[in-house]
Amino acid sequence: MAKILVATFPDTDHLLGAVRKARREMFRVYDVFTPFPVHGLDEALGVRRTRLPWVTLFCALTGLTTAIVLQGYTNVLDWPLNVGGKPDNSTLAFIPICFELSVLFGGLGSVAALLLRARLYPGKTAWLVNPGITDDVFAMVVRRPSDDETHQRALALLEECGAASVTESEAEL
Amino acid sequence: MDKLPEDATEPRWTTGSPTLHQITVDIAAPMEGKPGRLWYACFTVSVALLLVLLATATYLIARGIGIWGLNNSVGWAFDITNFVFWIGIGHAGTLISAILLLFRQRWRNSINRSAEAMTIFAVMCAGLFPLLHMGRPWNFFFILPYFPNQHGPLWVNFRSPLVWDVFAISTYFTISLVFWYLGLIPDLATMRDRAVGKIKKLVFGILSMGWNGSHRTWSRYEIVSMILAGLATPLVLSVHSIVSMDFATSVVPGWHTTIFPPYFVAGAIYSGFGMVMTLLILTRQSMNLQRYITKRHLDSMARVLLLTGSIVGFAYATEFFSAWYGHDLYERYHFINRATGPYRWAFYLMVLCNVLTPQLYWFKKVRNSVAILFITSIMVNIGMWFERFVIIVVSLHRAFLPSGWGMFYPTIFDIAILVGVFGLFFTLFLLFIRFAPMIAAWEVKGVAVDQAHTAGHGAEGGHRG
Repeated sequence: MAKILVATFPDTDHLLGAVRKARREMFRVYDVFTPFPVHGLDEALGVRRTRLPWVTLFCALTGLTTAIVLQGYTNVLDWPLNVGGKPDNSTLAFIPICFELSVLFGGLGSVAALLLRARLYPGKTAWLVNPGITDDVFAMVVRRPSDDETHQRALALLEECGAASVTESEAEL
Repeated sequence: MDKLPEDATEPRWTTGSPTLHQITVDIAAPMEGKPGRLWYACFTVSVALLLVLLATATYLIARGIGIWGLNNSVGWAFDITNFVFWIGIGHAGTLISAILLLFRQRWRNSINRSAEAMTIFAVMCAGLFPLLHMGRPWNFFFILPYFPNQHGPLWVNFRSPLVWDVFAISTYFTISLVFWYLGLIPDLATMRDRAVGKIKKLVFGILSMGWNGSHRTWSRYEIVSMILAGLATPLVLSVHSIVSMDFATSVVPGWHTTIFPPYFVAGAIYSGFGMVMTLLILTRQSMNLQRYITKRHLDSMARVLLLTGSIVGFAYATEFFSAWYGHDLYERYHFINRATGPYRWAFYLMVLCNVLTPQLYWFKKVRNSVAILFITSIMVNIGMWFERFVIIVVSLHRAFLPSGWGMFYPTIFDIAILVGVFGLFFTLFLLFIRFAPMIAAWEVKGVAVDQAHTAGHGAEGGHRG
């Protein structure tokens, strides 16, 4: 368990200002909690761009391979059937299903990866830093500095940035 | 509707400037209060129709599809017409949720959730028809390739567009469902945190997957939404193209044309927007959401209807032109028969609803009148149903040799299933607007905040979607 400070803000401007300032003053911003995605926070928080698109690519290629293997095996190798004199390996006719399976695998794979990465699963108990987060509260979570002097400085900084409330709590970070 | 200043760079998509909390309250209101009389009236009718569907489908499965009016000449009629109609309806939902997201059209934000729900329900309705048409729906898995293959060494024929359809539609349904659910998660979390009852808390708690509004999650979430939108966009175009190939790859006059894929996609979007319009007008009136589903939204949708309706009209003309220019005897006769034969009434009804009606949307007065929009949107639906009827039945009833000609007359069971499936669709939709957040609250909040910024800072334009 680590000690944290939860500062809430009434709007996105104050929140963004506080995040930038806190990071400039070398406080450790753990995360920010908002009711909707706030633009500009990625840069303010210094969040790295997610690598999830690579997962999509990988899953889509898996889907593509599955489609090629499935159609090739069934219609060319296992039991070639003459339908209207078309060639066994009617590559063009196999394209639609190659496309559909790539999309299917890519889409499901990306969502699965997102849920795994964000550790979201049905029935998980949400850790809410403030009950209003999913309504209209913006909150910044900072690690509570261990020495009193820095702690006082943090409180002063948060107040200066327009925090509506600052509370101390404990969390598994 | 409030008058907008001429030079407003960012149009307003909510009336007034509600606070964030107000938005939550307004959007949660239909789920927390008791619905009005209009909702109950619609729901009663829908459930009654659903019962008609259940009864007819049961009888159909027990007796076989001989109870329909199909015959040797016309082997596909209402069932496939309904199938194409409902798949088409679904397309507008994906267009709104995916394509408009990629184009950053902010006006989609308060209508995308219900449009996506419409897609899912419409695809469910569509899927019903091939199943019923099989006659033995319990053998439906014959259309899938599966291991171990128990039908001797015979596999499904991957060169057939009907098999492509199976893959396209099941992929479309799956991806739409996942996209819709992903969008719902943050709002389900809002409902969880607002819930008072124990059961509600538990249900929303499970469904919202422990969402806590962390920005790290939001950041990934937005990227994955964009990825899904990017995947769904070509997907939706592929689905109706493949549906059109069910016809276009055959040799029947009237079906065997290369313009079918784009023509079907435009028609699908046209019919789907007609349905979105009908549903949203019903929703805003019955759930008091005029503030979020504004006349401006209806106006934008009317413009899309005008565009796609004109494309559809142009496609009709092109078909006639190429039949005349192509000098194919059967193709030519088909189009003469379409306009002057025994089903000409269906053709002229289709022209009236799909070619002439959308031209009304050139007028601002029409786009501003909720009553006219409602009536014309229903005409769009009727017209598009008849378009499929004309393509399917009129092509089949007089193809090639006159000895193979025939007429199709629907039986009471054809009509009961046609009407009944609307019961299924509207029952699902009405339950959805009653029990789930039907407007994407988190997206509306994002727009509201940006809107306030533009209003406050003038035309700085620093805030984008």
